[in-house]
Amino acid sequence: MRLYEAASVLRSKNSGPFEITIDVLFDDPAIYYKIKDEGLIDRPLVSRLYGIPEAHITHLVFFDPALGFKITFARQVSSGAFLDRDVYGAQQHAPLLELELNL
Amino acid sequence: MTKESFQILAPCGMLGYGFPKASFLQGMAHKPDAIVVDAGSTDAGPHKLGAGTAIVSKQACKKDLEIILTEGVRAKIPVLIGSAGGSGARVHVEWTRDIVMEIVREQGIRGVRVALIWADIPPEIVEASLAAGRCEPLGLAVPTLTPARLAATNRIVAQMGHEPIVEALAAGADIVICGRAYDPSPFAAPAIYRGFDAALAYHLGKILECAALSAEPGTTKDCMLGTLKRDSFIVQPLNAARRCTSVSVAAHTFYEKDHPYILHGPGLVLNLAECTFAERGDGSVEVRGSRIERTAVYKVKLEGAMHAAYRTFVVAGVRDPLLISRIEEVERLVEQQVREYYAEIPPEDYRIHFINYGLNGVMGELEPNRAPAHELGIVFEVVAKTQELANGICGTVRSTFLHFGYEGRKATAGNLAFPFAPSDVPFGAVYEFSVYHLMEVDDGLSLFPITYEEVQP
Repeated sequence: MRLYEAASVLRSKNSGPFEITIDVLFDDPAIYYKIKDEGLIDRPLVSRLYGIPEAHITHLVFFDPALGFKITFARQVSSGAFLDRDVYGAQQHAPLLELELNL
Repeated sequence: MTKESFQILAPCGMLGYGFPKASFLQGMAHKPDAIVVDAGSTDAGPHKLGAGTAIVSKQACKKDLEIILTEGVRAKIPVLIGSAGGSGARVHVEWTRDIVMEIVREQGIRGVRVALIWADIPPEIVEASLAAGRCEPLGLAVPTLTPARLAATNRIVAQMGHEPIVEALAAGADIVICGRAYDPSPFAAPAIYRGFDAALAYHLGKILECAALSAEPGTTKDCMLGTLKRDSFIVQPLNAARRCTSVSVAAHTFYEKDHPYILHGPGLVLNLAECTFAERGDGSVEVRGSRIERTAVYKVKLEGAMHAAYRTFVVAGVRDPLLISRIEEVERLVEQQVREYYAEIPPEDYRIHFINYGLNGVMGELEPNRAPAHELGIVFEVVAKTQELANGICGTVRSTFLHFGYEGRKATAGNLAFPFAPSDVPFGAVYEFSVYHLMEVDDGLSLFPITYEEVQP
């Protein structure tokens, strides 16, 4: 199953002008806890998906009350500066969306 | 007099985004104790702060404020505006003040006290704090704030906490126009002023600053009511088409934050790890267990924007598969030829950039899928020291690219499809965030002076 088929919300956005944050939220607690408990999402995976060093990933956190996890990483170019491509950071989620998971 | 509950009406997630008047009046029927609305964000980039322009039109801001102010004054409850004008610098606070005063005159509002809380930080203070090691970049990607970059910075603001807002309320302000504020602060302040728990007040503020975004369906363009009690708070939508769920409210703290349950604010850290979110069966949700820690050293977040360059850009399309197959190589060669042609201009005076939509336009180097589409949309830009230089070099990039004789070319009449004539668009100034730092301060008040303006009875 691809992650977008399992998730109810899968989005990216700026968290301040120097970071991108990705939220993945689920309706089904079984799927959420399977991903969390089996460690299906981890820093090496995110590093590989985005081609960024693990050191640039500042947070990968699960939050049970919201049935979701969050990934935050440093931007290469700050929001709206020369060379930026996504001022709001709202279209940086696609590599996770297409991730195939054994659920 | 101690109240057992304190109600805050949040009309919309951004002043000027609009809201259904019926939802607002539904909220007023609950007899709220304050109306609070956030007006700022850094989401749209550094331009607003750098150029001193607003995030919404005057017309949109005034349309929302007319309803908020007339109803708030009639009900004799305070109206608070956070991060006025989009970025909360002096020019933005003054812009908002002028709109407020225009409404006051037009609606015949009398006998109100307006507080203006300024959030501008003089560069000398930042310079001294840097030198004293009391000012640190906030995050890995923030460039060093060199003296040259600080000198080039047009405006610096700091995010205020609840402290100066509480002071304005204590001084009898009916309308409080805040410069840059931590988004939840203007919501937390009136409740803290009335003696309610700061942790619950800030957590409620974090939810209400986006109005109905934490409901389902979520939106920033509809109203929400927050009811603070002694050991919990309740959020409820004011439109029958929406409801809050325990998950929708729990998930809200994800939004635009780097961490889902640890939130850093001015002089505080909010910890929501142990919160419970209980549905009450009527579309509202009750939250308990928010915790707050005052930090040992009070730090405020600084935001500053500097003018970096001037831009000219061109939008064009490419449909030729021979060119698409080697587009990045051709772009490199085009830049090389342009730079050779302008050998007399120092190379650091301008920069050329190609964005190839249909290849990796959105994600750039982060794009894992490198298969090009059958056609590409290309935006190329030149940023330079002056607009004239950007215009001149961009024109040469355009003509060079249009006629470039790349290896294997068959289409010898032209490489680019321009949707518009003229093709070159002078854009104006380009800004960037030069300051995004945490600065140590002695307290939460001294950086944020308040002035009062009286509307005579």
